[in-house]
Amino acid sequence: MKRIYLDYSATTPVKKEILEEMLPYFTEKFGNPSSIHKFGRDAKAKVNEAREKVAKLIGANVNEIYFTAGGTESDNWALKATAYDMRNRNKKNHIITSKIEHHAILHTCEVLEKDGFEVTYLDVDKYGSINLEDLKNSIKENTFMISIMFVNNEIGTIQPVKEIGKIAKENGILFHTDAVQAVGNVHIDVNDLNIDMLSMSSHKIYGPKGVGALFVRKGTRITPFIHGGAQEKQRRAGTENVPSIIGFGKAAEIALENLDMHIDKLTYLREKLKDGIMNNVSHVIYNGHPEKRHPGNVNLCFQFIEGEAMLLSLDIVGVAASSGSACTSGSLDPSHVLMALGLGHEYTNGSLRLTVGDFTTEEDIDYVLEKMPVIIDRLRQMSPLYEQIEGGNN
Amino acid sequence: MYNDKVMDHFMNPRNVGVIENPSGVGEVGNVSCGDIMKIYLLIDDNDVIVDIKFKTFGCGSAIASSSIATVMIKGKTVSEALKLTNKDVLDELGGLPAVKIHCSVLAEQALKAAVLDYANKTGKHYPELDGFEPDDGHDDHGLVQIEF
Ligand SMILES: Cc1ncc(COP(=O)(O)O)c(C=O)c1O
Repeated sequence: MKRIYLDYSATTPVKKEILEEMLPYFTEKFGNPSSIHKFGRDAKAKVNEAREKVAKLIGANVNEIYFTAGGTESDNWALKATAYDMRNRNKKNHIITSKIEHHAILHTCEVLEKDGFEVTYLDVDKYGSINLEDLKNSIKENTFMISIMFVNNEIGTIQPVKEIGKIAKENGILFHTDAVQAVGNVHIDVNDLNIDMLSMSSHKIYGPKGVGALFVRKGTRITPFIHGGAQEKQRRAGTENVPSIIGFGKAAEIALENLDMHIDKLTYLREKLKDGIMNNVSHVIYNGHPEKRHPGNVNLCFQFIEGEAMLLSLDIVGVAASSGSACTSGSLDPSHVLMALGLGHEYTNGSLRLTVGDFTTEEDIDYVLEKMPVIIDRLRQMSPLYEQIEGGNN
Repeated sequence: MYNDKVMDHFMNPRNVGVIENPSGVGEVGNVSCGDIMKIYLLIDDNDVIVDIKFKTFGCGSAIASSSIATVMIKGKTVSEALKLTNKDVLDELGGLPAVKIHCSVLAEQALKAAVLDYANKTGKHYPELDGFEPDDGHDDHGLVQIEF
């Protein structure tokens, strides 16, 4: 059966040319970058080449990129290392973030709160955007960091990052952004945007999993989080994941080369998918900002039916998607992002996220648009909630 | 994630629908819990459940367990049917993933609610229902979410 992958925000396949770039560094070019000999020197040179490519993608300097084991580590590092350092040296202990951050940020903030830090979680409007006045009003004497994600992973909303950067700078506060979903999907220039720290991840941009980076602006202090050897300028210990870093570098290079084309293509497919569903299915809402959003993200809530049942039905016809419903999350609560938008359970239960990517074709979208109304209707015909709406026409 | 039997009952649920002029109707669960099941019963003079229909709002396990429960209930007397437990439904399905077990409690509860409706209408008394209060039958299975 044909399999159509519409879950590019969860992860992406590794592109062939990226894998090929990585392969020699498992076998014949296996050296440890810290070694003096030729094997080591070759690996080190290639890691630094990757660092340059990653830096270029976000308009940073090569010396400002530290490789990590992924977006989650980058987020943890940026927040925790800065928090303890700021408290120790400046007696500052307040972080401002938002209610719709990824758990890599939210759970880290909860841990910091348990250890005496103060955290403000900003509300978002119905589109998922923070309010800049709220942000300004929540700044206090002891605020040391604003951490607001660039692009939301569920609803795709792009935050007003430039304005946030400006506010942070004016107030002498560090600005960290989780840009895991933004990198390779929107134009980023850390200098223009006044970003001090930025988290990224390779597996969302067609690179391998388990590798990422933290951008730390030159002159911004960052203490180590993983202790050990002197790798990554003594900031992040541990022998480098050389093949993966090289893959990440190649992925960044390709992402930059193709950025405009990638955005145009995804935006076209996204609109086609969204319009096709919205025009053919009733009782459905489109979440996130209508324009300021991830080019490949469609997030919908279908009334009267449940997200997991939709995912299973789609999987049976070969379509891979994801949902923020309570029953798919493995916990009793629906997605915190959908709840922060102010949506009731009658909507959040029926959540569906479809994310298109570089290998999605127009035929894929046509296929999904053909199957979707049938799937929705079948589940609604089984739903006691729909029965009430339709006045029991069975 | 789900076995073939569960998937079969999810994709081809038996006894979906409504019964006009039912002997009893029961609905349990609520939207905030993420699942609702409604059962319609047709009961003859010998107290045999001659027809049963359901509608369920919920995930794959909720729909599959609703379906299989109706198959198990149909043709039984009310008293026999009331012996049906959540575990019987699970066994008949060949098991569900641990996090989904709570989704299979609906049928037992919905049946009881429907029989209670029938009992209230007819003035009959079923000792099996003593102490039964229709509710959502949920408990927290608080696991950590994984987000992409
Ligand atoms: C916004 C956001 N932040 C952080 C992460 C975590 O990144 P990683 O999977 O590389 O740890 C993800 C991906 O799941 C994400 O979407």
